[in-house]
Parts: sequence; C-alpha cells; structure tokens
Amino acid sequence: MKAHTLSVLVENRAGVLSRVSGLFSRRGFNIESLAVGICEEPGMSRITIVCIGDDAQIEQVMKQLNKLIDVVKVSDITENERVERELALIKVAADPGTGRAEVMQLATIFRAQIIDVGAKTVTLSVAGDTEKIDALEKLLRQYGVKELVRTGKIAMLRGAKTVKSAK
Amino acid sequence: MKTGARILVEGLQREGVETLFGYPGGVVLPIYDELYDSSLRHILVRHEQAAAHAADGFARASGRVGVCLATSGPGACNLVTGIATAYMDSVPVVALTGQVPTSLLGNDAFQESDITGITLPITKHNYLVKRTEDLGHVLREAFYIAGTGRKGPVLIDIPKDVSTRPIEYEFPESEPVTLRGYQPTIRGHAKQIDKAIEMIFDAERPLIYAGGGVIASDASAELLSLVETLGIPITTTLMGLGAVPCDHPLNLGMLGMHGTRSANYAVTESDLLIAIGARFDDRVTGKLDTFASQAKIIHIDIDPAEIGKNKKVDIPIVGDTKSVLQDMLAKIRKKKEYDRWLTRIRGWKEKHPLTYRRDGVLRPQFVVEQLSELLNGEGIIVSEVGQNQMWTAQYFCFRKPRTWITSGGLGTMGYGFPAAMGAHFACPDQVVFDIAGDGSFQMNIQELSTVATNNIPVKVAILNNRFLGMVRQWQELFHDRRYSFTELPPVDFVKIANAYGVDGIRVESVDDVVPALRAAVETDGPFVLDFRVEREENVFPMVPAGAAINEMIGGNYE
Ligand SMILES: Cc1ncc(C[n+]2csc(CCOP(=O)(O)OP(=O)(O)O)c2C)c(N)n1
Repeated sequence: MKAHTLSVLVENRAGVLSRVSGLFSRRGFNIESLAVGICEEPGMSRITIVCIGDDAQIEQVMKQLNKLIDVVKVSDITENERVERELALIKVAADPGTGRAEVMQLATIFRAQIIDVGAKTVTLSVAGDTEKIDALEKLLRQYGVKELVRTGKIAMLRGAKTVKSAK
Repeated sequence: MKTGARILVEGLQREGVETLFGYPGGVVLPIYDELYDSSLRHILVRHEQAAAHAADGFARASGRVGVCLATSGPGACNLVTGIATAYMDSVPVVALTGQVPTSLLGNDAFQESDITGITLPITKHNYLVKRTEDLGHVLREAFYIAGTGRKGPVLIDIPKDVSTRPIEYEFPESEPVTLRGYQPTIRGHAKQIDKAIEMIFDAERPLIYAGGGVIASDASAELLSLVETLGIPITTTLMGLGAVPCDHPLNLGMLGMHGTRSANYAVTESDLLIAIGARFDDRVTGKLDTFASQAKIIHIDIDPAEIGKNKKVDIPIVGDTKSVLQDMLAKIRKKKEYDRWLTRIRGWKEKHPLTYRRDGVLRPQFVVEQLSELLNGEGIIVSEVGQNQMWTAQYFCFRKPRTWITSGGLGTMGYGFPAAMGAHFACPDQVVFDIAGDGSFQMNIQELSTVATNNIPVKVAILNNRFLGMVRQWQELFHDRRYSFTELPPVDFVKIANAYGVDGIRVESVDDVVPALRAAVETDGPFVLDFRVEREENVFPMVPAGAAINEMIGGNYE
C-alpha cells in the first residue's frame, strides 16, 4: 500500500466531480486529497487525486475512472519526476510580545507569507510539498493554531512531458 | 420551430426506434402529446419497472437499443430496478425521464427526484438536459454510448420546460458521434493475439469459458468456429448459454454454482482457461483462489476494467470479442489433438449428467425439459429468478444466441414477464415463454393487463411450488429447514389471468404437461400455465457458498 498521485483530465461538465468522487466511495477506494480546477485545455478541468492502495487497487481505480465518459485521461504520475505543491493558510495565536516575533521568523525560514495580522493572531500562507507544510504546522502548534485550511495537492510532470488528452 | 418534445420524438425515429415502453405523468405531458399522433409505437405498461425490463428484453432479443419513458419522481424511481438490471448485464437501454422545470430544480418541487444522482452508479452515463438546444445531440450520444463498447443503460432526464420550449432546430447530418472521453478499443492487440495462440498450442488441457460478452458482440459464429478449429472444449456462464449449441459434443454446459459437474471439474483441472466475454463473477468462481488454480489464463474482454479485476491474467486482450476472435481465427494454421483431455472430459460427462427423479411426480425439471423438446431450439425463453431460472438454464437446450434472456448479474425477480413482452416486439415471429416462479411472477403480475390489451402473445409457465423456492432451498440446506417467511399461500393464477382477459390452464400431473404446453403455443394470444410442481424440489448439483467449484453436492440419482 502506498500513496499514488493521479492526474485526471475531465470534461468540465456539471456533475463530473460527483461522478469521480462517487466512484471512489462506491468501490471502496480511499482518497487522501483531491484538488480540482480548470486547466489549459478549453472545456476541461484537471483533478489531482492522491489515493492509497496496492498496485492492483490503483490499477482498478484508473480503469474505472477511464470508463467514465467525462474522464478524458488518467495518469498515475507517482513514479515520474514531478513537482508538487499544496497551499495552506494557517491562523496562529500570536499576541504581540509573546510569540509573534518567533512566528514571523518561522515564516521567513519556511518562505511563508504573512497575509493577515490581527490583534491576537497572525495568518500565514505557505506553499510547498506535503512534508514542508506538515513540518511548519507542527512547529506552529506550540503557539496555538486557531484555524488551518489546506488545499489538496496539485502536481505536474517535470520537463517537457505533459498529461494531455487523447485517451 | 420545434418543441423539445418534437425534437425528442424525431430523434428517436432517426435512431431507428419503432417501439418504446412507458407510463405518462405530469412533466412528460408534452412528450406524450407528441407521441399521440407519431408513428412510434408506445406500449403502456402498468408499472414503470416493467417499462425498463421490457426495453431491456427488447434489447437482448434484438441486439438493438431498447427505450423506456417515465415521468419524474415516482415514475423515474420506479425505473431504477430495471436500469440496474440492464447495467449489471451490460444491456443497451436508453431511459427517458421527465423532470420538473429547470426553474424549480433543487427546490424539492412536486414529484422532483434527483434521478441523475440516483442512477449515477447504475448507468453507463446519464444526462440532465438543461437547454432544448442540447436535446438532439444528447439523444444521439446516448444511443451511441448505450450501444457501443461495453453496452449499458443511459438515462436522459428532461425538464418540462426543455420539452415544451420551441426552438429553430435541424438535426445535424449524421456524422459519427465523437467523444474525447469515450473511445472503446475494438481491435485486439496483434502481438497479444499471437501470444495467446502460442499459449493455446502449448497447453495440454485447455478450456474455453465464454460469457455474455459473446452474445452482446454477436460473436457466436466466431466462437463456434474457434471451438471447432481448435477442438477445445467449452463451458459457458449463465449469460453465455446459447452462444454455442447445448448439444455440441465439445460443450460442457454451464459452470459455476449450479453448473454441471463436468464443467466445474474441467475448470479445476485445466491448464489453460480462455475467458471470452466473461467476468469471473463470484457465482461462477466459487472460492476464488481455487478457481482454475492450475491454469494459465487468457482473458478477452471489451472492458479493460474487467481484466485482472478478480483473477490475475497471463494474457489480457482488450477488444470486441467478435473482432478478436476473427483475428485469432485468421491466424490459426495448425491443429493439435487433446485426446487424453477430451477422453477425461467425456468420462465426466457420461458419469455426471444432469438428472432428477423421474418417478411420475410433476417435477419442475420435467416441465422445462418437455418445453425444450417441444420447441426444439426455436423460440425465446425468458426466466424469472430463483430455482425456475436455474432449472431452465440446466434443462432447456439453447442452440442459438439471444434466445435465452435472464437477469444474471442483479438477479431481479419480476424481470422475466415484462422482459418477455419486450422480446416479443423484437422478434414478433418467435414464440416467447417466461418461465416463472410463483413468487417472481407476482412481482410484475400487473402486466397481464398490458399483454391482454395489446394482445402480446407471451406465454407464462409458472413452476408453482408455493415457496420462494431458491431461498427455501438455502434454508433447507444451511438453516436447518427453518422456512422463515418463504412459504407462499396458494394462488389461483388461472383465475387471475382470466380476470385480466388472458387464457390459462392449471396442470397437476405429468401427463398433462405436454398437451398444456401445446395449447399455450397454439393459442394466438398470451397464455398462463400454472404448473403445480413438487414443492420441495432442489436445484442440484450445487456449490455451497464459499466452497471450491469442484466441491459440488447433490444431483446423483439413478
Ligand atoms: C426483487 C428480488 N427480491 C428478492 C430476491 C431474493 N430471491 C432470490 S430467489 C428468490 C425466490 C424466488 O421465488 P420464486 O419466484 O417463487 O421462484 P422459485 O425459486 O420458487 O423457482 C428470492 C426471494 C430477488 N432475487 N429479487
């Protein structure tokens, strides 16, 4: 069992997300994260799905996804050289005086941005791979994380290779 | 200017539809108004479930797409079992449903139900059409998707304003439908086919295991030719019966839970299993790790997702069965003798034929056997679900594809009678029998009214045991004969038939079976035969749930 990153190109139609997510729950496949948005191809969206399973399960997931009429292309890019990003917004308890300076310092180290400063909180925006965000989150916990929002992971192949239509 | 309803009716005609099965209601009034003076033949059923099954029966008997129509909410929901039945058996059906007007969608409006949501997991694809402009091409796509690749049901949900609104519309000239996300593989991979042929000639104990995919792709002739060219024995699934003649010397009959001993033993001992349009269903394989455990496996299927789903495969070939078999046949140049293997198989066949007690008692198997002899391979046989279905599979000799119609994957009681109506419209010159249980028949018995009013000459042969027989059998064998809620009260089916205006006979003795069957066949219209059979007869042989398929019980009578 390991985490696989699937890049799925779909027709940008009403209901396509429920077709995709419904398939996962119906067939008992687990989704770790899912991120969706429009992409470079007109009329299509790209979904990045991280799911956990053994090779046979992942093969089934991909084949079943491929059967959906609105799914144009499915690629497992786990074994490829790729870049990945996740975005997190983290609101940290940081009174002026107590932790605020340290939180700001951590932000610098992690190349996070301070996007909001309140009387008692500081909000950071950080992008990176999952491990980096996990690490920052862990460090910030000691100051008190008031709220955390993470996007799912998005991923792309390195170099000239792409995940394009033509199923 | 054309309304959506007009576009729909014209579109159906352009797809070659002549008959559809449906039931009206509020939001489909505009569509029904168009049907009123169209040349489409609309058969009014008495329950929407029957419309879906009839469309399905039509599709299975004809190989074309079947069509059903229902109103929103309760009407659409009543189609669900029928759509799921078609989905499980890969049957091409287009289901049309009315929907509340787009302005009310999502408002819990009167008779609104989210039928595209409900049928998401049981359709190959579905559509909620929000603009009249889209209706024409959605319909074309729906027929294309339903009837190509691995076939299946497609639902189109049509809000009332979409069918009422008039627009300027001309159907595009019929260039082929293209969908970026749907391009089924038809031709098998040439190298894989070469490897498969090589593997076949390396084998000593090869066996073909053919399923419903062969029927769906009209590949029976190719399959028979493969069997004969190679001289390899064949077993078929429930869905594959009729793909090759039952009495062909190389045919071992059905495999699986109620298969023949020879078929199950052959699977267990074979060293090469050639699966063609079959999907290793649990009712076929029994305990999975012992299924064909000595065999290498070649799997030919149109659906890549079926390959390797349940069983690891040595040579996968994705493609349409007919095309792949044609390519294989063109490449086979030699012949090998499998004498020892065939002798062993012949031994099993002789030692373990399907048998039942022939003691003068009216037994259900006898009824099926007599019907088989009477029709002699002609006619279309539909079944309900339960013991009646298994006895028909075992004792009716099917010689041609599309003459056996049954709900295999979902096992839907109540399927047979309406599906038989559909089969009649597909093949009006054939005699159509529904072999029924008294339980199943009562699930869509209201269709007696449909066959009576339309004079649909379907013959219903009820193997009336006053039990939910198959469940009772399991209770007898595995629950200490505790017959919990499986006994049914006696019902006078002849009286019921008569009340609807349908003829019928009750049969209580062995001697009356053939004359009664003859009477049914010779009657022009519908007919009901109420066979009062031995009540606690069992379907044997049988693989108990979870056992290996060669661990069969029962079925040895002198
Ligand atoms: C709609 C539906 N409900 C329940 C079942 C479970 N079931 C399978 S076989 C069977 C008994 C069928 O009885 P009957 O139609 O009288 O046929 P018999 O087995 O006696 O031939 C039942 C209840 C089913 N297959 N379908």
